[in-house]
Formats: sequence, structure tokens, C-alpha cells
Amino acid sequence: MAGLRARRARRQAAFRWTVLAVMGVFFLLPLAAMVEFTTRGDSGTWSLLVDWPQLSETYPDLADGIVASLSQASLTALLMLVLLVPTAIWVRLRLPGLRPLVEFICLLPLTIPAIVLVVGLAPVYAWVNYFLGGSSLTLTFAYTILVLPYAYRAIDAGLSAIDVKTLAEAARGLGANWFTVMARVVLPNIRSAVLSAAFLTVALVLGEFTIASLLNRTNLQVAINFLGKSSATMSVAVSLAALILAFVLLLLLSLFGDRRKASR
Amino acid sequence: MATVTDDPDLLAPVPRVRAPRRGLSVRSIRSLLGTVPFFAYVTIFLIIPTLVVAIGAFAGDGGFTLDNVTALGQSYVLDAFGRSIALSAVTAVIGAVLGAVLAYALTTARPGGVLRRVVTAASGVLAQFGGVTLAFAFLATIGLSGFVTVFLRDHLGVDIYAGGVWLFEFPGLALVYTYFQIPLMVIVFLPALDGIRPQWREATESLGGTTWQYWTRVAGPLLAPSFLGSTLLLFANAFSAYATAAALVSQGNPIVPLQIRSALTSEVILGQQNLGKAMALGMVVVVAVVMALYALLQKRTARWLG
Amino acid sequence: MNGVAVHLNDLRRTFGAVHALDGLDLHIEPGELIALLGPSGCGKTTALRILAGLEDADGGRVLVGGKDITGLPANRRDMGMVFQAYSLFPHLTALENVQFGLKLRKRAGGDRAAAMLDLVGISAHAARYPHQLSGGQQQRVALARALAIEPQVLLLDEPLSALDAKVRVQLRDEIRRIQTEVGTTTLFVTHDQEEALAVADRVGVMRSGRLEQLAAPAEVYLRPASAFVADFVGLSNRLPGRLDGDEVVVLGTRLPLVQRAARGPEVTALVRPESVGVVPDPDGDARVLSTAFLGPTSRVTVELGASVVVAQVSGELLAELAVGTPVRLALRPVPVTLEA
Repeated sequence: MAGLRARRARRQAAFRWTVLAVMGVFFLLPLAAMVEFTTRGDSGTWSLLVDWPQLSETYPDLADGIVASLSQASLTALLMLVLLVPTAIWVRLRLPGLRPLVEFICLLPLTIPAIVLVVGLAPVYAWVNYFLGGSSLTLTFAYTILVLPYAYRAIDAGLSAIDVKTLAEAARGLGANWFTVMARVVLPNIRSAVLSAAFLTVALVLGEFTIASLLNRTNLQVAINFLGKSSATMSVAVSLAALILAFVLLLLLSLFGDRRKASR
Repeated sequence: MATVTDDPDLLAPVPRVRAPRRGLSVRSIRSLLGTVPFFAYVTIFLIIPTLVVAIGAFAGDGGFTLDNVTALGQSYVLDAFGRSIALSAVTAVIGAVLGAVLAYALTTARPGGVLRRVVTAASGVLAQFGGVTLAFAFLATIGLSGFVTVFLRDHLGVDIYAGGVWLFEFPGLALVYTYFQIPLMVIVFLPALDGIRPQWREATESLGGTTWQYWTRVAGPLLAPSFLGSTLLLFANAFSAYATAAALVSQGNPIVPLQIRSALTSEVILGQQNLGKAMALGMVVVVAVVMALYALLQKRTARWLG
Repeated sequence: MNGVAVHLNDLRRTFGAVHALDGLDLHIEPGELIALLGPSGCGKTTALRILAGLEDADGGRVLVGGKDITGLPANRRDMGMVFQAYSLFPHLTALENVQFGLKLRKRAGGDRAAAMLDLVGISAHAARYPHQLSGGQQQRVALARALAIEPQVLLLDEPLSALDAKVRVQLRDEIRRIQTEVGTTTLFVTHDQEEALAVADRVGVMRSGRLEQLAAPAEVYLRPASAFVADFVGLSNRLPGRLDGDEVVVLGTRLPLVQRAARGPEVTALVRPESVGVVPDPDGDARVLSTAFLGPTSRVTVELGASVVVAQVSGELLAELAVGTPVRLALRPVPVTLEA
């Protein structure tokens, strides 16, 4: 048989590979350029980057920025989990009428750009400085707000996928209190959604620049930007490393998420 | 009529139970208490800053004033808004079209396959990761000593900056913005494409339709709201972006976010702070309108393709 | 309008190592409704999709009205199709959905579309969108849309499988009525044997890419051509018997055979529950295991030696058949099929 369907499938494959090739070149070119840029001559950029003691000595601001970002990412993920997960579950189970309000608030940061938020955060952070000092770690508070939309969407999707109400009623019927219901019945079932929210949080915090820079604190992106004025090669190298790290993170997330779904 | 039982406990009169009062019962107050941490946190770090901006935009030396808002009418502010809108619109349209093509190419691949997963993860990174790293990536590519610049100069004798260094101006911003707009489009538009059922194509064929008729009468109309909504989302995304421009542009403040930066950091001119808040409020208004339209279009999409 | 004849000759289709269709031969008379029945993976849907042009066959020919259309693309085949789910275009109203095919052919849709909606009994909802219609209503509109273009063949791919039980029964009678009225040659694919028996002129039971039997519903049920058909269509009891010429002796009763068999003499006969009579008998060698009241009929499961037999009894008899009651089984002299 002629295989009209087979012909159409082949045409689609040709189209697909053409598009991917063209787009691939466009998107990989800057990455390739970064590799080329950082390996020009004998700069020894990469060997310096992986040598932490040397790096902290040569570029103390960069080292500070990296450490700050990693701490901020962990703290934000933690604060987000502690704040959002119990609230999301609690509202689902006990206050379903409040859900639209919580959802609206969590999606509000999408409508309020970071550059606008930082304008309003300045006076609030004056108080934060007063109570907790001016360390970069206090950015965690602002970052938790920034990640709300993405984390909430991930957790909400996870809660929607399981029948929370029935699970809770079954557990309550067996005599569990609310804490047990949340911690030992619901939470284990939304593990992949919670993990997803944590990954997204980390990726977002590592890429944040606006608030840190305008509140005069340091983080990875601020350090890179500042470094760019003095050492172009090192700043490009760190940028590339950060991009690859984030890519690996999100790829792991998608693989992990798929495996959980497959095991159900 | 004989009673069914002789048990005195069962025969005793049943005490009247008070019907639950409408409104706040102990239980519902306890439930609400559980949400206090969340609402308190959000109030301090989200609601109050928003109010600071909203109220500050109308604040002046003597209380409520419209001076800041009217100051928005100054030419340099209007120019900044105009450029922001133009930049966002251009990159939104380009990003939408190219992103839609790429997303469509992905749907023709195997659903759970490696290709889709890798491209989707890569899109996630590039869409969200941050303007500074992307700015530096482009500096390494077509900056003054970038890979492509040098290559073109040495091998083809072409100096792309013969007419001026456009990388740090509008064209440069547009190029770098497109780099994260396209992946964002892939992420936002792909679910809608996945919602197109194969039965609709097959039904069109069996009713005698050609490929062209399928795209113009079925798939096109079905995807239009999502495509439009995604374009709006891209617009809002570009409009709000700050980091890329901050890293690339060192001279002047061509777009609104950079204007706000200068208003925030300037200690010289009094009252600039409140002008900054007025500009911020203006930004919020623009983004809010766009997002509201996006939400409306999303509802339509969800109904058809969800 | 009179239908055309459809011939599927020696259709083959392989997916990797799996033979979805293994030399399928099917002839549909003009105006006839044939139901293709079989378990998942038997190839019935593949056959329908090859007829529709939505899939290519690896071998064989498709003839409609005498013309070989094997190489013809789907959009030139002039066939109407109803899918199991997602039949309708969500962005068009019911009326617009029905007009779709007509508009493609540059025909003014109005009158014919309205007439079709009337035919399927859904005129009242003509202006509604699919998401405002129930599953059954959507399938009616899908049927109207398929018929609006006056197709040569009507193809129904498990159209009722996604619907509620009651709607299913109602709608299948409707489909039968409409098909008879319009007279289009129809191929109806289903995995529900009751559905197939109820709507079809002839039922084709398929297994592993081949037709096991193609005959009128009564024939398929009462005289199944193979053990597979006897088992798939309706319930069958497996009872040991002894072959004796043209008959088989089961539980002391001589039963005629559906088909002569050269084997045995020890065989297994497939006996329908309604052919098994149950009589309470203190000397009986069978014992009641369980009973089930099913409304119009009742079912009694009985233990006889090493076998378990299901019998259909009336509701009144059920009262005498408590669990553990000794009973005697009596078989009605209906033809039976032998297990291979």
C-alpha cells in the first residue's frame, strides 16, 4: 500500500527536525559562545572556578554572592514549604470557601513585577534591617513572595490530583487528629508536587536579581553583574555554570516527576 | 400500641440539642486561626508593599496629590512607557510566533520521549532563569569581543557594529528578550496544543476536509484564544523585566523599569521617590489589565481544550 | 436513500510483531448494519479505521460500491464517522457542527442540518455548545453530523462505550431506528455483546485479527461456530460429555451439535445457563452454591462433582433453592458447541 499516513508522518518528522535544528542553533549559539569566550587563551578561568579556596581569595565578592544565593535558595524553599504546604492543605480541608482568596493572593505576584514590589518593599525592609540586620539572608522574606505563584500552582495541582477530602475523612474516621492527617496522610501523597515546588523555588531564587540589587544586598546574579565590570571571562564562566546547574535541576525534576506518575 | 423497648434510658425524654448558630462557631474560628501565619506573612511582605506603591503614588508634601501622576505625562516618562510597550509588543509577537512553531514541532514528537523532556526543561530554564546570565551570554556571543562578532569580522569582513553599538540599545534588548520569550511561549502554549484531540482532525477528514480547512476552521479557531492569551503573557513578562536591561544598558534609562531604578536610587532630587511609585503604579495598571485579559482567554481555552 | 455494498478483502495490518489484522474478509450488503464484536486488540477498530482511510492497510483491498478505494485519502471517501469520545468540535454549536461537512462541500447547510437534528431528536438544543450537552446528546449530534453529508457508509467506533448504561440502551435503539430509516450501509464496532446483538443485521465476532463468525444475532448466540464465540457472546458452562455420532451425551441427556466434530469421544460441551434446568431433589448429586436475584431472571450456581454450573431460573423457583439444597440438573435438548 502507498501509505498516505506514513508519508504524512515522514513529512511531519522532517518539519520537526528542521525547526529543532534551526532553533537549536539559535539557542545553543550563545552557550557555545560562552564556552569559547571562557576558554580563550590560557586564562585558566575554569580551573579557578572549581577551586573554591582560590576563588574566594581572588574574587571574594563572587564567593560571597554564591554562598548567599545558595543559602537564600535553601531558606526560601524551607520557608515556602513551612508556610505554603500546611496552609494549602488546611484551606482545602477546613476552609474551602477561602480557596479563591488564597489562590488570588498566591497569583498576585504575577501581576506585580519585581521592580514594582521592590519599590514598596523598601520601607518594610527598613524595619527588617532594624530587627534582623542587613544581611542578604533576609531577602528570603521577599523571595518567598516571588515564588508563591509557581509553588502554589505546583502544590495545588498535586492536591487536585489526589482526593484530599476522602483521604482526610477516612483518616479522621479512624481517629486521627488534624496534624496527623496533614503530616502522615496528605503530605506523603503530594511528595512529588512538593518536590516540584521546591525545585522551582531554588531555580527562581538562583536567578533573581532585581530585588537583591535594589535593596543593596548580594546574591549570585548581583555578584556576576558586578564582576562583569572587572573580569568579563569569569563572569561569563559563572553565568554558564549557573545556567547548566539550573538546567540539570529542572531536568531532574521532570524525570523525577515522571517516575512518580509511572509508579502510580 | 406496645412499646418496642422497656429500657428506661431509651424511654427518657431526649434533651433538645441547640441548633448550631450561624456565623462563627468555635470550630470555624479554630480553622481560620490555622491560616493566620500565611495571611500575616502575605500582608507584611506583599499587601503592604503594594499599598505603599499605590498610596505613595498619590502622596506629596501636603498629603494627597495628583502631582506624581501628572508628572507621568512628562515627555521622558511617556517616551519610556512608549519604548517599554513597543519592546514588549515586538518581542511578544516574535516570541509568540516562533515559540508556537517550536511548540507545534514538539507535539509531533513522542509524548513521553527524551526530546520533549529535554526541550521542555531547557525552556523552563531559559524562560525563568534571569536576565543577568542571559545578558552575559549575549555579550559573549555578539558583544564587542564576542564569538560571532569576531568570527564575522575576521572571516567575512563584516563589522556588525559599523553603524553603532546597538546591543546596548533597543535592538539589542529586543534580541535578548526574544531569547527568553520563545521558551516561555513553549511552556505556556504547549498544554493548549496537547489539548487538541486527534479525533477532531479525523472527523474533519472523514467529513471531507483538507489540511488547510482543518487548520482554518478547526484547529485555528480552537487555538486562537490560547495563542492570544499566551502573547499577552509574553507581553506582561517583557514589560516587567528588569535584570536584562539593568545588565546591558549602562547609559540612560530607555525603559520604565530602569526609570524606576533611577528614581529609587536618586537621592538628589526630592520627590523623585514618589514619582518612582507613580511609575510603578502605572506599570501595575498595564500589567494588571493584560493579565486580566489573559485570564479571560484562559477560561475559554480551558473550556474547549481542557 | 439506498446504501452501497462494502467489501474488505484480505486485510492485513501489522504493528511491529503484532498482527492487528490477519487476512480479514468482510462483505457488507447495501443498507445492512454489521456489528463487529470482539475483545480489545481483536482488530475491529483497526478494520473500521482502514475502511475510513484513517489508517493504511499493509495488505488487502477496500471496495465500496464496486470501486477500489484502498489508496484513496480519507477526505475523499465520502463516509460518515462517529467516534467514541470527543466527537464534536467544541467551538461550534450543535447546528454548526452538523453543518460543518455541508459547508466544506459549499452547500448551504441550513435546511438539511436542521432536518438531521430533528431526525436524531435534538432540535431543541441546536444552539447549544458541546460542553452544554450530555454525553448522549453529543453522540446524537455526532450522528446527525455524519449523516448530514449523505455518506455512502456510516462508521460507528464504539459510539456508546463512554455513556451511562441507561443512556446506552436508549441510544442504541435510536441508532438502529435511524439507520433503518436512512438506509445507509453501516459498520458498528463494539465490545459489548448485548449491544451488538441488539442493533445488528449481522454480527461479526472477531478474534486476533480474523472473523470467527459472521451471522445473524440469533445464529451467533444459539449456534456459535466456535468455542470462542460461545464464550464471548453470552455465558457458557463447560460440561464434560461423550461424543456419539452427531450428538453428545452430557449429564445423561443427548444434545445435538451445532457442528459435526471428528474427535473425542471425551469432549467438553458449552451449555448456556438458560438451557440448564434446576430441580430440587433430595437424591440429587448437585448442590446449590449461591443464588442471585437479577430482576427479570435469576441465577443459581450449582456444584456438580468437580464442575461449577450456572443455571438461569425463574424468580419463584429461587425461593426453594437455598444454599446447600441438593438439586438435580436437567438439560434442554438445544444444540451445543464443543470446546476445541
